[in-house]
Amino acid sequence: MKPAPLTCHSPTSLDEALRLLHDIGSEAKVIAGGQSLVPVLNMRLATPGHLVDITGLPGLDEIRVGAEAVEVGARVTHRQLERSPAAYAALPLLRQTLVNVAHPAIRNRGTTVGSIAHADPNGEMPMILALTGGTVTAVSVRGERTLAAADLFVGPLETVLEPDEILVCARFGRFPEGTRTGFTELARRSGDYALAGAALAVQVIAGQMQQARMGFVSVTEVPTVLDLTDLVAGRAADQSAAVAEAVVERVHAHIDPESDIHATAEYRRHLTGVLARRLLTDLTTGEPARTSEEALRGAS
Amino acid sequence: MTTDNETYDIEAGTELTEPVTLTVNGVDHRLDLPGRRLLSDALRHDLRLTGTHVGCEHGVCGACTVLLDGQPVRSCLIFTATVQGCEITTVEGIGDDPAHPSAVQQAFIDSHALQCGFCTPGFITTIEAFLTDHPHPTAEEARAAVSGNLCRCTGYQNIVTAVCRAAELKHEAGGAEECAGCPWDGEQS
Repeated sequence: MKPAPLTCHSPTSLDEALRLLHDIGSEAKVIAGGQSLVPVLNMRLATPGHLVDITGLPGLDEIRVGAEAVEVGARVTHRQLERSPAAYAALPLLRQTLVNVAHPAIRNRGTTVGSIAHADPNGEMPMILALTGGTVTAVSVRGERTLAAADLFVGPLETVLEPDEILVCARFGRFPEGTRTGFTELARRSGDYALAGAALAVQVIAGQMQQARMGFVSVTEVPTVLDLTDLVAGRAADQSAAVAEAVVERVHAHIDPESDIHATAEYRRHLTGVLARRLLTDLTTGEPARTSEEALRGAS
Repeated sequence: MTTDNETYDIEAGTELTEPVTLTVNGVDHRLDLPGRRLLSDALRHDLRLTGTHVGCEHGVCGACTVLLDGQPVRSCLIFTATVQGCEITTVEGIGDDPAHPSAVQQAFIDSHALQCGFCTPGFITTIEAFLTDHPHPTAEEARAAVSGNLCRCTGYQNIVTAVCRAAELKHEAGGAEECAGCPWDGEQS
């Protein structure tokens, strides 16, 4: 299928892009990599009259690693972030998750910030932004504002962003010392949307678990964070099996999966519990190993 | 079809176009295209490069995969106007002479890795880029490399074999060591 007629604008400065968005109004849509947006347009689920392409803007293409966060510009592709040694060293969860985002051909074009603006509950990176306590910066002709992930997402494919705002960067928060992270998901085929997915960040100091938080893909309406600290704090990491049942129970109570032709809500709920237990076991017993997917498809 | 966004000249009954400059297989083209023209359609309809095949048109099947500055992308998920100034390589740019197939194309012939051939251009472009990054793939890496491309005929086993065979052919030709198009060289530990 082909998109409905539209005008594609290619501004060469951020000011020009913001002015275009302001002048055109709600008929305009920002496009970066377009890997989520173009399927929607091809299927005519959306028919904006104008696209404002931000891939030609100067800047917005940097990955900056700071003491508190990894900042990612709006033009950085999933693939560039996945392959950045500095980003991996600062926040391994980024690569651990990104290798699960669709296929390399999609990651070569799709942007991480774009997927956050798209706010698909099946998307991995909105959840990772929330799990890391991240923030985003949005700009418009009215100025700039910074939003916490918790304030950004309001529903499936819905954010608080105004039609004339551009998300210029996302900041993924770095975890405290001793934090181990992992991501796992189950999809019917490699690269498909996950039936269910989960990420865990658990801090282990001197063999004892401290803070722990978990995020989910495809089983919650918006990316929300489940705090598990009270269940695990002070317990020996190699005894995590003792709290696994309580963690799974907490997960089941937190998520709200829906049924579709691929899986029932009950199956997704069961699956998410299995993934949560697996993550907890993998991250707390022995040395945290890279997942096979990460080893296979990450940097080589 | 009605539209209120001035992309149609109502009196002339035609869709309005904008000039677009596109570099495909090393050749610059100047085209007048509607804003909604997908790269896959610009290649096939406007440039008559029909080697790029269009399957699902929502990024799932991989048949339309081309190289954008050396990296595989779905041409059905890209508006032509957004890739001006980029270097696009289609399957014709990899090998367009039946008498002299590229290493990957020869490997597909050797390994019986195609039947109807509809998906093949997307595999050829994907594997070409993969082997530039991974000149010595294991069978497992080869399988992962083609996991984003669908084939409804062959069952994939022969395609995985062809990936490994192509790596061999490139080594025999001495071409695999000449990694010119890989932007990640030197950045990886």
